[in-house]
This record gives sequence, C-alpha cells and structure tokens, in this order.
Amino acid sequence: MTSVKIVVAGGFGVGKTTFVGSVSEITPLTTEAVMTAASTGVDDLSHVPDKTTTTVAMDFGRVTLDAGLILYLFGTPGQHRFWFMWDDLIQGAIGAVVLVDTRRLADSFPAVDYFETAGLPFIVAINGFHGEFPHSMQDVQEALSVSPNVPIVECDARGRASTKATLIALVEHAMAMQMSVR
Amino acid sequence: MAGSGPDEWPPTGGRRGSLNGMRPPSGDLPASSLVRPYAVTGGRTKPRYQLQIEAMVAASHYEARDLSVLSPECQAILGFCRDWRSVAEVSAVLRMPLGVARVLIADMAVEGLVRVHQLDHAQGRPDLNLLERVLSGLRKL
Repeated sequence: MTSVKIVVAGGFGVGKTTFVGSVSEITPLTTEAVMTAASTGVDDLSHVPDKTTTTVAMDFGRVTLDAGLILYLFGTPGQHRFWFMWDDLIQGAIGAVVLVDTRRLADSFPAVDYFETAGLPFIVAINGFHGEFPHSMQDVQEALSVSPNVPIVECDARGRASTKATLIALVEHAMAMQMSVR
Repeated sequence: MAGSGPDEWPPTGGRRGSLNGMRPPSGDLPASSLVRPYAVTGGRTKPRYQLQIEAMVAASHYEARDLSVLSPECQAILGFCRDWRSVAEVSAVLRMPLGVARVLIADMAVEGLVRVHQLDHAQGRPDLNLLERVLSGLRKL
C-alpha cells in the first residue's frame, strides 16, 4: 500500500479544513504533535517532564485513488512559528496548495515564501467567497509576487468538484516542474 | 532496545524485548493527557528510524503469540492496523501524540509486529510514474 501527500496551506480561517473536507472520503481528523514551548525540534521532550508543553494540531483527510494508493491531504498548523513541523510535513510531498483569501492576501505571504525557499511545487488557489472573485489573477500574482510559473486558480473550498480540480492542477504542475528539469 | 542509550529514560539496563518494559504507569493514561505524553515510550522521544507522517502501517500476519505482554497502546495499534493505516491516522484515532505513535510503530516494526511502507525520501519527491498514477486516480473521483 503506497501513500502520497499534498499539503494545504493558507492563513487562519481561509478554509483549509473546509477544502480538505470537501474531497476527503473521511471526516477530517486531527493529529497533534506535542512539544515544549521553547523547543526547536519536533517532540523534544527529553527534559523535565513538567515543562510547559504545547500542541501543534494538523487536520487531515484521505482520498483512496486506487486499490494500492492513498492520498493524504494535510492542513498546515495554524501557527507559523512551528516551521520545523512544516519541514516534517513537506518531506516527500507531491506539493502544496496555498489557499488565498483576497481580502487578506498578506496572510498567505509566509506560506508562499516558505514553499518557494523549500523548492516545493505549489499553486495558489483563490478561495472565492459566495462565488465572488473580485480580483483578477494578475492582481493576485502581482500582490503575492510569485513567479509567473506558479499557477493561480480559482477555487471554492466548499465544493468537491472545485477542490478536485485544484488538486489536479497541483499534480499537473508538479509533473511539469519535474519534466522541465530533465 | 539492548542496552540503555542516552535517549532512554528510565534506563532498561540491557533488557531485551523492548516492548515488554513499556507499560504505562498504573491506572489508565487519560486520553487527552498532556502531562506525560511520553510515559508510554519510557521517555524516549526519538524513534528508531524516521517515519513519515503518511507512512502506512499494517499488523503482520504472525502465529498466535501472547499479546498481553504488549502495552495497551501497542495492542490498540495492532487492532487498528488490521487494515493499512497511516501513522497520522494512528495518532488521530487512537488519540496519541504524533511523536509517540512514531516511536511505538517504529519499535513494533523492528519487532516484526507490523509492516511499514513509505516512499524512499532519499529519492526526493514522488516520480513521474507515481504522479501520473495520482492524476489518474484524481480524475476518476
């Protein structure tokens, strides 16, 4: 049984869990990583047992693609300071979807920077509320200052067809990136 | 877990049968306890090898053996993983921290109690063949 994963990122309240839930065959679950507040590494609890702990929660969903292949969709932790958890999440991932709310574009800057630095294939998905997309894709591209090679798509995180199309766009982009380095 | 290394606490003094010593303190561990989440791993926080969050786990088909020597957490993992499950699902559904799930599953894999499957990440990202397969599966949804 083979598994692959896609990371879903974006600012607080942008609709990551809604997105995951729309396409997942299970109700999204939550996994928690426990660590000390001052920790720089994941699960670093080798010290005093009653040190203050903090939990980093990640919602995720599952999509069975064929009899031997399962896709997991992981929402990034809400707090950006847990970058080591992001490092863990993106290890061997297909890529990421950065969900963007055009009313709060700056919320997605950290995620975009992070994936560009990490060299992970990603696309930007503009989550339109009430089916409204007040900004053009070019506006969004300029505001986020992403490279023109990064696909920007419109998405309704509540809709299964739309989230499926977004995931397809990401996988196609990941394939294009691989083919361009041959 | 022969011998005690720097990341073992309390030290097991070379006792073999790594899972035998790993019982939680008397009484049930509260499901959402954050006080001593690593009590079930004897304080160890580093798994024997790195498991991806999406690594797949399945209980091995083994001859009947006495599972009562295993901790309740390990027995729960074996029961839950009769079908292939991811490390993340073990953590979420069995309500244990991700790091604890990773340590226990890695131990059980070394002991032959579970099979684990994950992509070889030294290879980087999923290759074109696998991506094609993912695309195919997504289109059929």
